[in-house]
Amino acid sequence: MKTPFLKAVFSIVRKDLQIELRSRELVSSMGLFALLSILIFSFALELDRNARREAISGVLWVTIVFASVLGLNRSLAMERDQGNLDAMLLAPIDRVAIFFGKLIGNLVFALVVGLLLLPIMTILYNYNLFQPWLIAVLLLGTFGFSTVGTLLAMMTVQTRARESLLPIVMMPIALPVLLAAVRASTNILTDNPIADWIAWVQILVVVDIIYLVVCFLLFEYVIEE
Amino acid sequence: MTQHSALSTQHSLIETRALVKAFGMLPVLRKLDLSIARGEFVALLGPNGSGKSTLLRLLAGLSKPTAGDILVGGWKLPQEAAPVRAQIGMVSHKVLLYENLNARENLRFFARLYNLPAAKADERITQLLDQVGLARRTHDPVRTFSRGMQQRLSIARALLHNPDILLLDEPYTGLDVDASAVLDNLLRDAHKGGRTIIMSTHELGRAAALASRVVILSRGVVGYDAPTAGLDGLRLSAIYTETTSMASAR
Amino acid sequence: MSAVSKATPATTEQAQTTGRPLGLTILTVLTIIGVAAGLYMALGYARTDLEQGDVQRIFYIHMPAFIGAFVALLGTVIGGIMYLRTRNVKWDKLALAGVEVGIALALINLITGMVWARPIWNTWWTWDPRLTSEAIMILTYAAYVMLRQGIENVEQRRRFAAVYGILAFVTVIITLVITRVRPDTIHPVVIGPSVQTDTAQGAFEVAASTGVRMALMVNMPVWALLVPVTLMWYRIRLENLAERVQALKLKALS
Repeated sequence: MKTPFLKAVFSIVRKDLQIELRSRELVSSMGLFALLSILIFSFALELDRNARREAISGVLWVTIVFASVLGLNRSLAMERDQGNLDAMLLAPIDRVAIFFGKLIGNLVFALVVGLLLLPIMTILYNYNLFQPWLIAVLLLGTFGFSTVGTLLAMMTVQTRARESLLPIVMMPIALPVLLAAVRASTNILTDNPIADWIAWVQILVVVDIIYLVVCFLLFEYVIEE
Repeated sequence: MTQHSALSTQHSLIETRALVKAFGMLPVLRKLDLSIARGEFVALLGPNGSGKSTLLRLLAGLSKPTAGDILVGGWKLPQEAAPVRAQIGMVSHKVLLYENLNARENLRFFARLYNLPAAKADERITQLLDQVGLARRTHDPVRTFSRGMQQRLSIARALLHNPDILLLDEPYTGLDVDASAVLDNLLRDAHKGGRTIIMSTHELGRAAALASRVVILSRGVVGYDAPTAGLDGLRLSAIYTETTSMASAR
Repeated sequence: MSAVSKATPATTEQAQTTGRPLGLTILTVLTIIGVAAGLYMALGYARTDLEQGDVQRIFYIHMPAFIGAFVALLGTVIGGIMYLRTRNVKWDKLALAGVEVGIALALINLITGMVWARPIWNTWWTWDPRLTSEAIMILTYAAYVMLRQGIENVEQRRRFAAVYGILAFVTVIITLVITRVRPDTIHPVVIGPSVQTDTAQGAFEVAASTGVRMALMVNMPVWALLVPVTLMWYRIRLENLAERVQALKLKALS
């Protein structure tokens, strides 16, 4: 009777990617925002070639987080505006499939923006950001706040304050992810020995897992009526 | 649980017992009892706020009751919603479509969610698009559609998985005369095809002409309930006024 | 849970007494005595710290207040989980009371800390990891209050608040453990093993004298348990009364 879980998840992912390919709304607004943010940071912090590498990883992460907030709001407002969430809830699918479907979509968009930033920042700041560990941390960090972001955005788009509420409720909750990701990337960029910072990557993995489980358990309560 | 086959062998397909739904302290449905047999076409009437939409959302499993029971085909909602969902099609006043996808892509997405085999789904989509008169607009994004066309596509979406039960929440809102006539025909066909239909509407004449039974909700309970045989729009409107004004006098 | 067993809202709003319950009166008296005794122990009984002087006495309230905030916010997590499971409104009231009392106690903790830091660290505020994480923790719960205000549908408000109250506890745990994770903090760790060697400024030994220990032993249960529990009880009671007024209004109108 029920649609298989994975089929439901990938139908939703496929639909989100299809819409994005058609409209390019999310990636273009997120990408443009990210680019502007980097430029503004360079002016504000006077980040030149001699800039401290700590500042670079901070700029990278703050930019990715704010760009994802932008994307998360759009992606879930789309489900609310025409009542499409109802349409998905009507279908004989596991409700958590909606969570995973939206999560994977949001993660892909955030990663696209993150990976777009790497070459741009490499050129602008003259540091090679294409390091395997940095990309791994980028993946883990983006995953962490896409997880809490998907849950919280599903919640905030249903409220009166809507878009303005998401950054307020999401930032503090995403802090552990951000903290671990920034510390790890800073260390990677300053070429510190792996033993010094591998703990941050481990913390990141643990926090990701905890958030995934908690959000998985709580999601059902965010969409019922 | 497993002895039920799909949605069959029940003399009343849909049943609510002492159904209560409250939003906070505000009760919308107050111990509503209603029983609907297979193949009936029920027109759900009542003023705004009488609980029509709330009842339809409850029957669709989109909302949880505060108290009371809902049985659909012997399954209890919301606990056993999964097997029921596959047998329900719903048209709400929101169109439930993705405006950046075209008509066929929208229907394909929902066909996947309902686990229809791809080849069969495509065939069914072509047939449905033809039936709702959108065959020539298949490849246009939904945002370029008029309200009437979006509503027709929305009905195609609701019929996609060939559901036994069709729930319609004010489907005539925002439709012009032509689109309304198309919808009339679609509903007549669906009813003839043996589907059970529950439709909320404010159009009394349509209700009398199309439906097999009229239920008027007032203040969260059934105020009037009778077959439409022998009723016309005029007579029904007299009954409607009487039922709803009686309730507000109370 | 069967839907039938859930009481309708009309019946849950009723069973309330108008007068103050005896238990609450006793608790109130105990709290007042406790706070007074705690102040005496902190300001009179314990002897002045040799290095820091009288300002060290603030510690006897500073740390217990944080534990009190922890207890109150743990109440929010329990209230949230139980609300989602039972849908009984009383759990939501517990969660809300926990947040408000938690914010108040965390602010007491923060402000007493700042007063202490002025002479010891020579600044009211510094961007130390623990100070920052506690500030973020307080803001998280401010966001909780904002989230509640942003939702009109009461049932949805309770549900979302429960979800957020559970998630928000992450920031409390972080504030608690950050002095162990980030050794670069200057915030002293006075109890238990510490990774700090010489970064902490203004540390002292709790185990050093009986005066310190006694003063802490009196203040700890008062601020960590009596104060939050009493305040939360009052807050829940206030919520009950407000709800009754609302119900009576609705009755009068319909």
